[in-house]
Amino acid sequence: MKIDMQQVSAIKPPILSAKNVDVFYGKKQAIDSVSLEIPENQITALIGPSGCGKSTFLRCFNRMNDTISICKVTGDIQFAGQDIYGPKVDVVALRARIGMVFQKANPFPKSIFDNVAYGPRIHDLAENKAQLEDIVITSLKRAGLYDEVSDRLHESGTGLSGGQQQRLCIARAIAVNPQVILMDEPCSALDPIATAVVEELMESMKEKYTIVIVTHSMAQAARISQKTAFFHLGKLVEFGDTEKIFTNPVDQRTQNYISGKIG
Amino acid sequence: MTEYILTTSPKLKRRHAKEARFKWYGRIAITIALGFLVLMFSAIIFRGIGAFSQTKIKLEVSYTESIIAPDGTRDPQILRLANYKPILTAALKETFPEATSRKDKKRIYKLLSKGAVYEMGKRVSNDLALIGTHQTIWVTASSDVDLFLQGKVDAGLNENLRKLTDKDIQSVQYLQHEGLLKRKFNTTFFTNGDSREPEMAGILGASLGSFFSLLVCFLIAFPLGILTAVYLEEYARKSKLTDFIEININNLAAVPSIVFGLLGLSIFLGVFHIPRSTPLVGGMVLALMTLPTIIIAARASLRSVPKTIREAALGLGASKTQATFHHVVPLAMPGMLTGTILGMAQALGETAPLLMIGMIAFIVDIPHGVTDAATSLPVQIFLWADSPEKGFVERTSAAIIVLLAFLILMNLLAVYLRKKLERRW
Amino acid sequence: MKPSVDLKLRHSRRSTIIKEYAIQTVLIASSLVAILTTVGIVLSLAFEAFRFFEKIPLTDFLFGLEWSPQTAIRADQVGSSGAFGVIPLLTGTLLISAIAMLVATPLGLLSALYLAEYAKPKTRAIIKPLLELLAGIPTVVYGFFAALVVAPIIRNTGSGMGFEISSESALAAGLVMGIMLVPFISSLSDDVINAVPQSLRDASLGMGATPAETITKIVLPAATPGIMGSLLLAVSRAIGETMIVVMAAGLAAKLSLNPLDAVTTMTVQIVTLLTGDQEFDSAKTLAAFAIALFLFILTLGLNVIALKIVDKYKKQYD
Repeated sequence: MKIDMQQVSAIKPPILSAKNVDVFYGKKQAIDSVSLEIPENQITALIGPSGCGKSTFLRCFNRMNDTISICKVTGDIQFAGQDIYGPKVDVVALRARIGMVFQKANPFPKSIFDNVAYGPRIHDLAENKAQLEDIVITSLKRAGLYDEVSDRLHESGTGLSGGQQQRLCIARAIAVNPQVILMDEPCSALDPIATAVVEELMESMKEKYTIVIVTHSMAQAARISQKTAFFHLGKLVEFGDTEKIFTNPVDQRTQNYISGKIG
Repeated sequence: MTEYILTTSPKLKRRHAKEARFKWYGRIAITIALGFLVLMFSAIIFRGIGAFSQTKIKLEVSYTESIIAPDGTRDPQILRLANYKPILTAALKETFPEATSRKDKKRIYKLLSKGAVYEMGKRVSNDLALIGTHQTIWVTASSDVDLFLQGKVDAGLNENLRKLTDKDIQSVQYLQHEGLLKRKFNTTFFTNGDSREPEMAGILGASLGSFFSLLVCFLIAFPLGILTAVYLEEYARKSKLTDFIEININNLAAVPSIVFGLLGLSIFLGVFHIPRSTPLVGGMVLALMTLPTIIIAARASLRSVPKTIREAALGLGASKTQATFHHVVPLAMPGMLTGTILGMAQALGETAPLLMIGMIAFIVDIPHGVTDAATSLPVQIFLWADSPEKGFVERTSAAIIVLLAFLILMNLLAVYLRKKLERRW
Repeated sequence: MKPSVDLKLRHSRRSTIIKEYAIQTVLIASSLVAILTTVGIVLSLAFEAFRFFEKIPLTDFLFGLEWSPQTAIRADQVGSSGAFGVIPLLTGTLLISAIAMLVATPLGLLSALYLAEYAKPKTRAIIKPLLELLAGIPTVVYGFFAALVVAPIIRNTGSGMGFEISSESALAAGLVMGIMLVPFISSLSDDVINAVPQSLRDASLGMGATPAETITKIVLPAATPGIMGSLLLAVSRAIGETMIVVMAAGLAAKLSLNPLDAVTTMTVQIVTLLTGDQEFDSAKTLAAFAIALFLFILTLGLNVIALKIVDKYKKQYD
């Protein structure tokens, strides 16, 4: 495990790194001293049985756990070398850099255009209308949705199919121009065909973005990710190249999980 | 741009300022609403607290038999209404020996409440042994003296604009100086009915009127409400009829209360000839108003009883009725009671519909049943609030304090019941 | 199984069925009271109002610009049946309701938003019951407070600024009624705001929107239909409110939109017409029922629309 991480960091400094992260919900500990480094422009998958804390851990990276009043995070998490829980850090700025896509597609009850334009508007990223339109179209194209919706940009986003909605959410996240996109089981509510489209999209996105994805599907993790982290009962059990985790895991628990004995 | 990767840029600062402002709008809104609550409570308490005590004047009276009972009667009914004015006048003469003129005597007598003679009658009829004795007693002073003692009379004001003249004030100050004036707990307020004199006016009549009305209201609305809820939740299949009943209930809950008063006026009084101004008709009108509240609460309560309870009972061979009334209803009872108490609290504060059915009359007698003419506590408040006498402002506020105390008690009881008895499934 | 046992069972079954049937009948009868009440209201109002319209033409009532039922006393005089135009009462009612809504809408909505989105659970647990206390206070108490404290303050402030304000003003009644409606609006909006799915808030916060931006740009637009429904219910309340206006608004039917004027309302007139010395059958008495019918139709219409909007809104997020 250590060796792997050293190899990665030798090539390029990690964009996200967590050291001894603990998360508490009230008195219950959800994450127990997790340390992990996420390499830039790759897809890192967090896997593990449900309730293992992988989603909770994912939400630490853009401080979404702040919105839950009883949730407390300790430890050190750095983004591009800066402590994201540092006193001077602005959560709003952080979340503009580290976007998020959720388990259930959650387009706003607005038009497709307004959904994507929401981020650029609040962050004041466009100087004029033309520029805003440009951002929206580029984002929709990057999310592979533009061709399907180009003729109905001003219709409601909630009228799209499930897979399209999720890609709309991805386009919405991209529009803010983040460096990292956190995805919390983005395909769990989608049918296999829509899932395949989204997976293909992620593959194409990793050139520009770093993706951290929580998934309950081991097959998905194996298909799309370069790195995989296996969580069990709030602890990080094993982290390394996806290929190695799935073919030759070090830990017995990882082996049990990928062979279907636990989970 | 890069220097602000994660820290606050000027642009962000503006957005955060907006955020802070927005938060403050919320805080200010709550502060205004609650500030009003505090202002209202403190204004009412400040004005009303004085009515809970009352000024009494110490007098040495002789219960001379030749005046009270010239024919030697000992009948309490007659003695109650005997002529006590000469006795009080004589006692005042001893206190104010210098007041010899007719005018002065009359003026000094006015320092006493007009009800003082009735107080004397009550004393004597309650204790016949007093006749022929000499006693030191405390007699209720007029409301103006009471207000003066509380500092609520502006002595700097032009004499013609106030009820107490300068001479009156001198007399009061003399009494004060001699220790013959005292403010005592005001029992009259809790034992009397309405009166034209503020110092003789009490809330017992109105409170009993409210009590009898609520009793009638409860006896009608509680069973009807629960049975309706049981029918809609447990028995009825969804049909046009149940839909219509439901629409009716929801809309009745939002019909202006005064409309119920008109219904009472034209149907209960006009068609059924139920006696006007009585708690009976008041309670009936209030029952129709409270019904939707009780039904809605009872249905929610029935819905929270798990299906498994019904299935278990039916599985043991209980009939639908047995399952419902032996198992489901008792389990839902705490919630139903809570809803009923809240409905009753609402009914207790209701005024407008009662005005329509004549519960607005000036009634001195204490009602003894649901068919005696009566007012209710909120109507009494309305009547007193309309009265120009300053002493009644105090009485009004005090009556409000009592009404609010009842309401708070009922609400606390509801909260207690909910916490104590309600199961969590 | 022995036949006798079988018979006995059957017998008991039969009596049970009869009993069940009887109980069902009682239950249905109870449920019909709600319908009977509505029917009773409609019939009694309509019947008396019909008699009123036999004396005064409907169009005079609906479009008349003058209201002075007092003149009806001089029954022997020609053309002295009084003026029964409902328009001045309607404008008075709407003026006071509008003032009340102007006070209650921002206060109620902002309190609800703050409590739902910002307040810590502990703060919420204290403030919510306090606001509800405001809702539990009888309206006669509000009326007393309006007449005794608020109206004099307004009058004194006005005269300090050189305005002549009567002791009874639409403003005093409207302000106090507005405060009365705050908890009503805030608790209804609270339900509506909580029905907006958390996932929408997460999506907005997750891309770096501030909570205020999330509320104004996502939560509020999503909740708008429900909030509109709540506001309509509040308007209906304001229109039907009686005690505050009886005690703090005026009696004079003045066709005015000036909040500093004393105006009268439909409910005030109903109370005045029916609590004074009344001759039954006089146009004056019957007029109260005509106003009440008008009031009933108005509030019923508002309620039906409001409940429909709220219902549709809630289903959308179920």
